[in-house]
Amino acid sequence: MSTILQVRQIRKAFEHNPVLRDVSLELDEGQVLVVVGPSGCGKSTLLRCINGLEQIDGGEILLRGEVISGRRKNLHLVRQKIGMVFQSYDLFPHMRVMDNLMLGPVKALGKPKEQAREEALRMLARVGLADKAGVYPRTLSGGQRQRVALVRAMLMQPEILLLDEITAALDPEMVSEVLNVVLDLARDGMTMVIVTHEMRFAEAVADQVVFLEDGCVVERNPPEIFFHRPETDRAKHFLQSFDYAPRKRAAPPDTNTGEIQCAP
Amino acid sequence: MDWSFITAHVPDFLAGAWVTLRFGLYGVACSAMLGLLCSLVLAYRVPVLRALVRAYVELSRNTPLLVQLFFLYAGLPRIGIRLSAEACAVVGLTFLGGGYMAEAFRSGLEAVDRTQREAGECIGLTLPQTVRYVVLPQAFATAAPAVFANMIFLIKETSMFSVLAMMDLMNVADTLRTSGGRTIEVLSMLVIAYVAILLPVSVLATLVERRMRYAGFGHQHSV
Repeated sequence: MSTILQVRQIRKAFEHNPVLRDVSLELDEGQVLVVVGPSGCGKSTLLRCINGLEQIDGGEILLRGEVISGRRKNLHLVRQKIGMVFQSYDLFPHMRVMDNLMLGPVKALGKPKEQAREEALRMLARVGLADKAGVYPRTLSGGQRQRVALVRAMLMQPEILLLDEITAALDPEMVSEVLNVVLDLARDGMTMVIVTHEMRFAEAVADQVVFLEDGCVVERNPPEIFFHRPETDRAKHFLQSFDYAPRKRAAPPDTNTGEIQCAP
Repeated sequence: MDWSFITAHVPDFLAGAWVTLRFGLYGVACSAMLGLLCSLVLAYRVPVLRALVRAYVELSRNTPLLVQLFFLYAGLPRIGIRLSAEACAVVGLTFLGGGYMAEAFRSGLEAVDRTQREAGECIGLTLPQTVRYVVLPQAFATAAPAVFANMIFLIKETSMFSVLAMMDLMNVADTLRTSGGRTIEVLSMLVIAYVAILLPVSVLATLVERRMRYAGFGHQHSV
């Protein structure tokens, strides 16, 4: 397996407020890296730095051995290889779903329209939205919008996909329909960096888990170690914050079966 | 009411209305183009140009059209630049309208979420492509009411063209009134002529605004 992404000691501050202090990562082709950590730890900033939405203050980022960080003119060519999906979907509200999906392939990659349309339809069908090609995004549910956003990113045939808390804005019952698409992509060998608060999903999808706190990598381990035998106290403490201690209650009476009858 | 006077002078008013409408629309079209360019400079913070555009917007919005026209028509010839009355009319109206249109388009551009631009760039579009396909269509929808209001305002401002000795509606009416003395008839025809030109624009504005709202343009109208 070859290394596809290298992040070397990057630093990033907003107005003298350091967000990333010294972050290094490596990612092999076909691997899924999940980044977890408390809010404000720099997870989103890390993703935004990788695809150049933010300029880094120090260090470097390499894609297949080529430096992609720093000021450069053809940033859009780099971004064509690095897809990104956001928490807020960010579909284009003035375009129908199909036009959302075809814009990148046609305008950025210069694909013929018919080919782009066919590929878009195939991908839409794969995420169960083949019948939504002609509607405006506002008529879709959050989960449907996020699946369209995933398809939009995938149609650019990126080498890496960055997912920034893509289920954080969704109603709970819609989370799994989106995460199942991501699991499906992972099984297909898509290289991904995923920021998420869904710990069970993280455990299911990750090859490696990175725990970020205060702009530093605190722990990096495979999911079976990180989630069950974390090596650092800070990771243990973080994972405990997802558990709730049960309240002490009197034993319920035997007659109550928990079933509630609806009034006829 | 002297109806024979009115019917006799309908052709004069039609000619005047044609001048008002034609030069009004030239001015509106040029203002919209200039305003759009200026708004992009403001919204995307183009260095240096931005300061110039700011100064221009303030200058154009805080001086009366009458003064701008005098400057072009009577001032510029003193330094050797001689423009025809028609050229002065279009340049003057564009100078005034460009400032207003810049502000209208800028408000539209700023109403488009920053994340829309990022989403465009994340699918590998260049910044100009992102602006053209993603940002501008949404900005136009938001800016439409202000742009149409400016359009109506600018067409009304053509009444100043009479100081350039152009035979627009205002000048036709003035000439008839001072020579014939039938003030009520002349002014009534003048009012009717302006309404006849501007009412369709108002109706069009309402239709466009409604269409954009129901097509789901502009995220604030999501159902």
